[in-house]
Amino acid sequence: MVTGKSFFIDQSRCTACRGCQVACKQWKKFPWINTVQMGSYQNPQDLGPNTFKLVRFSETRVDNVVRWLFFPEQCRHCLDPPCKMTADMYDRQAIIKDPSTGAVLYTERTRDLNAREIREACPYDIPRQDPATGALTKCNMCIDRVSNGLLPACVKTCPTGTMHFGDRAEMMDMARKRLTELRQKRPQATLVDAQDVRVIFLAEHDPRLYHAYLRDEM
Amino acid sequence: MSISRRQFLKLTATAGGAAALSQLGFDLSPVRAYAYELYTKPAKVTHSVCCYCAVGCGLLVFTDKRTGRAINIEGDPEHPINEGTLCPKGSSIWQTTEASPRVTKVLYRAPHSDKWEEKSWAWALPRIAAKVKAVRDSSFELKNDKGQTVNRTRALTSLGSAAIDNEEGWLYQAMLRALGLVYIDSHARICHSSTVGALAESFGRGAMTNHWIDMKNSDVILIIGSNAAENHPISFKWITRAMERGATLVHIDPRFTRTSAKADIHAHIRSGSDIAFFGGMIKYIIDNKLYQTPYVQDNTNASLVLGEAYSFHDGLFAGFDPASRSYDRKAWSYATGENGAPREDPTLSDPRCVMQLLGAHYARYDLDTVSGLTGVPRDQLENIYKTFAATGRADKAGTMLYAMGQTQHTVGVQNIRAMAIAQLLLGNIGIAGGGVNALRGESNVQGTTDVALIAEILPGYLATPRASQASLAAYNKANTPISHDPKSANWWGNFPKYAASYLKAVYDKADLETAYAWHPKLEDVPVTDYTWLNIFERMQAGEFKGAFVWGQNPAAGGANAGKNRRAMANLDFMIVANLFHNESSDFWRGPGMNPKNIKTEVFFLPACMSVEKSGSVANSGRWLQWRHQGPKPLGESKPDGDIMLALWREIRSLYAKQGGAFPDPVLGLYADYLTDGAYDAEKVARRVNGTFLKDTTVGGKAFKAGQQVPSFIMLTDDGSTAAGCWLYTGYYIDEGNQAARRDRSQTPAQANIGLFPKWTWSWPANRRILYNRASVDQSGQPLDPSRAVIAWDGAKWEGDVPDGGWKPDEKYPFIMLLEGRGHLFGPGRQDGPFPEHYEPLESPLASHPLSSQRVNPTALVFPEEPMAVRDPRFPYVCTTFRLTETWQSNTMTRQTGWLRECQPQGFCEISRELGDLLGVRGGDLVALDSVRGTVYVIAMVTERVRPFTIMGETVHQVGLPWAFGWMQPGGGRTDSANLLSPSVGDPNTGIPETKAFMVNLRRA
Repeated sequence: MVTGKSFFIDQSRCTACRGCQVACKQWKKFPWINTVQMGSYQNPQDLGPNTFKLVRFSETRVDNVVRWLFFPEQCRHCLDPPCKMTADMYDRQAIIKDPSTGAVLYTERTRDLNAREIREACPYDIPRQDPATGALTKCNMCIDRVSNGLLPACVKTCPTGTMHFGDRAEMMDMARKRLTELRQKRPQATLVDAQDVRVIFLAEHDPRLYHAYLRDEM
Repeated sequence: MSISRRQFLKLTATAGGAAALSQLGFDLSPVRAYAYELYTKPAKVTHSVCCYCAVGCGLLVFTDKRTGRAINIEGDPEHPINEGTLCPKGSSIWQTTEASPRVTKVLYRAPHSDKWEEKSWAWALPRIAAKVKAVRDSSFELKNDKGQTVNRTRALTSLGSAAIDNEEGWLYQAMLRALGLVYIDSHARICHSSTVGALAESFGRGAMTNHWIDMKNSDVILIIGSNAAENHPISFKWITRAMERGATLVHIDPRFTRTSAKADIHAHIRSGSDIAFFGGMIKYIIDNKLYQTPYVQDNTNASLVLGEAYSFHDGLFAGFDPASRSYDRKAWSYATGENGAPREDPTLSDPRCVMQLLGAHYARYDLDTVSGLTGVPRDQLENIYKTFAATGRADKAGTMLYAMGQTQHTVGVQNIRAMAIAQLLLGNIGIAGGGVNALRGESNVQGTTDVALIAEILPGYLATPRASQASLAAYNKANTPISHDPKSANWWGNFPKYAASYLKAVYDKADLETAYAWHPKLEDVPVTDYTWLNIFERMQAGEFKGAFVWGQNPAAGGANAGKNRRAMANLDFMIVANLFHNESSDFWRGPGMNPKNIKTEVFFLPACMSVEKSGSVANSGRWLQWRHQGPKPLGESKPDGDIMLALWREIRSLYAKQGGAFPDPVLGLYADYLTDGAYDAEKVARRVNGTFLKDTTVGGKAFKAGQQVPSFIMLTDDGSTAAGCWLYTGYYIDEGNQAARRDRSQTPAQANIGLFPKWTWSWPANRRILYNRASVDQSGQPLDPSRAVIAWDGAKWEGDVPDGGWKPDEKYPFIMLLEGRGHLFGPGRQDGPFPEHYEPLESPLASHPLSSQRVNPTALVFPEEPMAVRDPRFPYVCTTFRLTETWQSNTMTRQTGWLRECQPQGFCEISRELGDLLGVRGGDLVALDSVRGTVYVIAMVTERVRPFTIMGETVHQVGLPWAFGWMQPGGGRTDSANLLSPSVGDPNTGIPETKAFMVNLRRA
């Protein structure tokens, strides 16, 4: 049985307020980014060294009904992280896994890895290189908060109950229960890659409609 | 050797989350557990309340004990409304406070100068005081031209602020009125003044009927003219909970927004057609007998019979005078019965009773007509009516939530009246999960309405004295209604006690008659002469010499912002209090301005952040919540209260030394609110709550001089109590500061509906759901036991504080209204007793099928203001809106980097169809033109906006956020959407019509 921690992210409840996106930056005291309006609500346009959590917006039609789909993206903290497996071939200290939580943590030593290779190893296209340091960056599960009994900043701030965090078994139970409820209204709802990751998304519609990398399409 | 926890923390912090282990040179594989230290661990934690919208979320502020600066701000998990959560604005308050370009020194812009100069407080305050005094002295009017005592100045005005605390707002209005100002206005005007006008008329109090948590109790939530998910994000915590219980969410809006994305039903509605929509709903409810008959009989004025004079014909009610464009409302009086009370027909069958006239009035609002005006397809319209009207049963609850999409119209008051009528018919007022819920958008706009930073009221909704009311007795007589119905509580019968207590709170040493005489008087003219649009009209005409612009940005946030900017150039001086530069403080260097030609002197007084001071704010649900100071004010910034008192000391000492025009109120104002030389919000709070000035016995209970007044029931009309705002009496009592309470405990019945009666304090009398006596039957038992608000146990009421403590059935439930019952028929408004559809002043229609009155015949208009009516040059309906990540005119949020990166530049939402028609693609720069101006923004071509079919023709609508003024960093050519919006307003309150006007759109 898988132990450690997991997130459950119920996209049916997400209003794309972006509290999570900003709370992450607040806790980590990241600098802000210069952006421009590109004809969409999504900004910044991509994950980056100062954006570990990004709400992606997607406008689409499902059965000819307009849907605005929201995807609060972040590292999935895979149970068997391909990024770490790749990195370990070069340096077993570059990407580490915290044993009590299962958090996948990138160290400074990732600067000596082949950034493109690591990014391509990720089925969800998460890691981004910090051009200033060369290190690879992504969500660290707010390991400082979590190991002190606090919720990750994104989960703590989520107004609608989209974001949840807790012991793996508890999150899996919550996810399955919520899937059953939601399927009464949305038969196509799915738990995305739940057996492989610690960040379990519940997609109300076909995951491909949200973002190319919501689901591991490999 | 091990890695120290401190070392690890430091490394993770500097590397932005990447664990820096490399330099340690140890084999870390297989991995092992590390301890991680929180950087917040050694901090002092204080409780505050978010400074943005009026949900009133609790904050934990972590302040470094060594530096005294905030290091982290996050949600307060104990707080019952937000439960530790925050939207992105709340989540970024640390950055706004500590890592933004705040103004922390006094700044001065000399006449004709093109730059700011840094100054000291000691330099600025005496100069401001001298200027204020000079203008006041030269303009002061003791009498008007009729010879009536007025004691006022019309050469000074004040705008703002909903951004200051209750105590500060109360103090500020007292100071302004002691100076004799009558042109006092603020956010309360342009956001929700129509709410006050409509809800006070309908139910008795001009405020949100229920509160945020209560939304979880609804079965159907109808959101109209509001984008709650974006602008009140934490509301969706409670809406989501209701939906998980099975509630249906209906959203009616011109655009498909983040709110629509969560709704079960979303209907696109053309801006400005809301009364048609609700008129159709009222007709549907009546035609299908879906109203709650006993509720309507017992709790509304449905049974009251109208006098002979009342009529309605072709869009006009009886009593209209075309010359003055106003009504003689005597024509709307009830027929009088034998005891002097209105005549009634409890069977509701008299053809002249309100219920019958209501049905007759809305007979014209059939589905086809309504569909043609609103653009909502007939089937969808019917489905929405059916869905919402299903709550017209005792065991169902429906709520209506709304914001600026309803309020900012020339029919703003009547839009909200229409909602109130539907909700009264369905029995949805006074119950848990029901109500007409005004979602207020500023952390203290409710509070600064209550404490009266607006011209027409004094604190606690007491009417401002008029020139014709020569004595306190005359003033009381004009404002104290008399009821001949023994079942009417007629609470406003207490008016003289509240008026006397207010006068003693401001002028404690004066006798009541003198204090009343000192108070400035308005002319006996419509209130709109003193409100926003007319203030800028007068400013443009050079009639004001000086203006206070306190925590507000009229040069971006006000309708017809271009006019406002030009008007500011006609002032001699302007005093700005703010945290950041904005389009108002810096108007003289804005687009199209040549500083050399602008004489206006500007004093910029740096105010501090809300987390840096203490005081209370009232959220939308009327909870007064105390903020505690965390970090000290940054740099030389100060709490608004300190700025006010410091300025007052200077002004007062000038009058003490030099004399001047009518110095008595300036010298007589009670302003002893310092502790150790600093503004003390608690001292003001004591005054606002009320204190016994002498040993007094009230209602058989003896109080000593100096004791706090425990309840407004104990206020007196003889000058023995000083209470600044009777509505707040009870919030700061001998037992302590009730607004600072943090007790989550509740009885099981209270917990069932989430009342949290011991958490902070709610006006009035800590009552959480207004009009709750309408939720019980004549024996005091809840109509819906599963959602009981109050219940009579044979000896006392349980649950919420009852809306009047009488035994069941002793009094009617709407105690603030003369008839004691909710107003289906509202005879007190300027533009009619029933809401009637009129087109916005600017509209794509030259006529409409409901009457030959195209627009509200009483609308506030200015003769020189051009209007685009079915004008081919301006073919598209336009509306404005807000965004989660920006707040109001963006003064604070655009300086908060994490928010600006989410919403960096102005944009306009347009449909794919219009995009195709004009060859515009997403990301293109486009120009929007109205009769008044042009704004350049980025096009957002979206499926979420779509064309309407209005009266058989295709009508395109566009919408743009109004948050992006010319000072937006990196905003390009963008400027405020309010350069486009018109100076026209509602006749009752003067709220401008900024939500429906006509534009052209072109590639730029």
